[in-house]
Amino acid sequence: MFDKAVGRRSFLQYAGAGAAGIALVAAGCSKDRGYDNPTMNGATLDFKDDTGVLNYAYALEQLEAAFYIQVANSNTQFTGTNAAAKKAYFQDIQFHEIAHREFFKAALSTSAIGSLEVDFSSIDFSSEASVLATAMAFEDLGVAAYNGAGPRLKNGTFLLLAGKIVSVEARHAAYVRDMVSNGSFADLNSLTSLGANNSGGLDAALTPDKVLAVASKYIKTKINVINL
Amino acid sequence: MNIVNILEEIEKVDGEVYERLNPRRAAMKSFFNIGKKISLAAMPLALGSMFQKAYGQSSLPSGVADVLNFALALEYLEYHFYNHALLGTDVTFTYPTAAAKTAITTIRDHEKAHVDLLVGALGSSARTPIAYADTDFRAGGTFANVYTDYNTFLAVAQGFEDTGVRAYKGQAANLMAAPGVLQTALQIHSVEARHASHIRQMRTAAGSTVYKPWVSLGASGQANDSGVAAVDAVYAGEDLTVQAGANIVGIGGFSGITKAAAVESFDEPLDKASVVTIANLFLQPGKRL
Repeated sequence: MFDKAVGRRSFLQYAGAGAAGIALVAAGCSKDRGYDNPTMNGATLDFKDDTGVLNYAYALEQLEAAFYIQVANSNTQFTGTNAAAKKAYFQDIQFHEIAHREFFKAALSTSAIGSLEVDFSSIDFSSEASVLATAMAFEDLGVAAYNGAGPRLKNGTFLLLAGKIVSVEARHAAYVRDMVSNGSFADLNSLTSLGANNSGGLDAALTPDKVLAVASKYIKTKINVINL
Repeated sequence: MNIVNILEEIEKVDGEVYERLNPRRAAMKSFFNIGKKISLAAMPLALGSMFQKAYGQSSLPSGVADVLNFALALEYLEYHFYNHALLGTDVTFTYPTAAAKTAITTIRDHEKAHVDLLVGALGSSARTPIAYADTDFRAGGTFANVYTDYNTFLAVAQGFEDTGVRAYKGQAANLMAAPGVLQTALQIHSVEARHASHIRQMRTAAGSTVYKPWVSLGASGQANDSGVAAVDAVYAGEDLTVQAGANIVGIGGFSGITKAAAVESFDEPLDKASVVTIANLFLQPGKRL
């Protein structure tokens, strides 16, 4: 069943991680993939090659874009002397995330996964605090995801593109963190659960299984992960 | 910090890490034995030396040491720039708030951690240390008031951070042969971006001009959005709007993605030669890269 030792080991590692809410498909079952409409039966992220990694990024950008679009549509009331700046910057970020999403969609072309259905029922879009806290979580998770996925990419052009995006996400993360608590822009001690290491001055980095375990709370569409 | 987690993470990108570590079990054993005794602050050095032993200096893929030494030079520069702003006796500006000084301290501490990490990883291949005396943050007079005027200090800081982000990005592909090293470099890269974001907010707070936390278009549509023409080289090419053949302006029919939004959405790399030219502005003759 398992034709490659590496694939089997990766699968066992992944299963052992106990990621809740993410459907597991054994590496050896990959012959099933691609025959169904991904939005009907979930989206499959096949990490055997760069296409899978890019689709993973596309999935996360879909989630982020959907969040900021809903913030804009909810007309969240920002407060404080910099309320107008906050509103303007959230609009900036919204267009950045839409640009990232649309870029991946265009770059992946026919290899792109379908549109994900999101679940934002845990977010109070009328509350500035709820919106800021969620934005912070998404941005820090996004940084961790790109940092953790970068070394998986086999094509240097794709690695560079991921690098072009992750630093923008880190700029977002620092900005939103400062809105929540000024000076927390790079509080690496608060990011150790995402893989950061303050004593080394190192930012968050997480493997896709761990990122998806966190993100799955906000995604209704079933995401199948194979060949991780 | 959990060393086992770190090893597991490395294994995911470098399946051979245990094979690399196995023949050197004695080094590992001694590392774990001292692990309980040393302070957290000493961990990066200890980690660096462990990986140095595990990978062995000669087994660092060709070019990787060069990239790390290049990064180390930049980290030395950044560290001294901030450290002097906190401790230098010729610094006459005052920090407007305690939070501002704390932020500069945080950034200084990260740059020091990066220096230590890179020195540890390079071992005996590490370049000659750069001392404060080797630097010239006044850049031969271009920024003569860098330590007497807070706004000039922040403007130069922004240049350093945005350059750092571009430099690491430009070298990422050269580290693909060493996935563990690439992972660490990416984790430094995004910390520099967080610094850049905060410095830009500090500049906005300190004056009447607004600087976005992300690199946008300049006021006249130029690539340099910093308002300081002397650092044009730092932002050369940041105004790219086509990524991998896709025009980002209005992509997917979204008219809200203006040229400025397209520029902001993607940070651009900078090649080594261009970064060296910028870095050399801040080094004494005879000490330049």
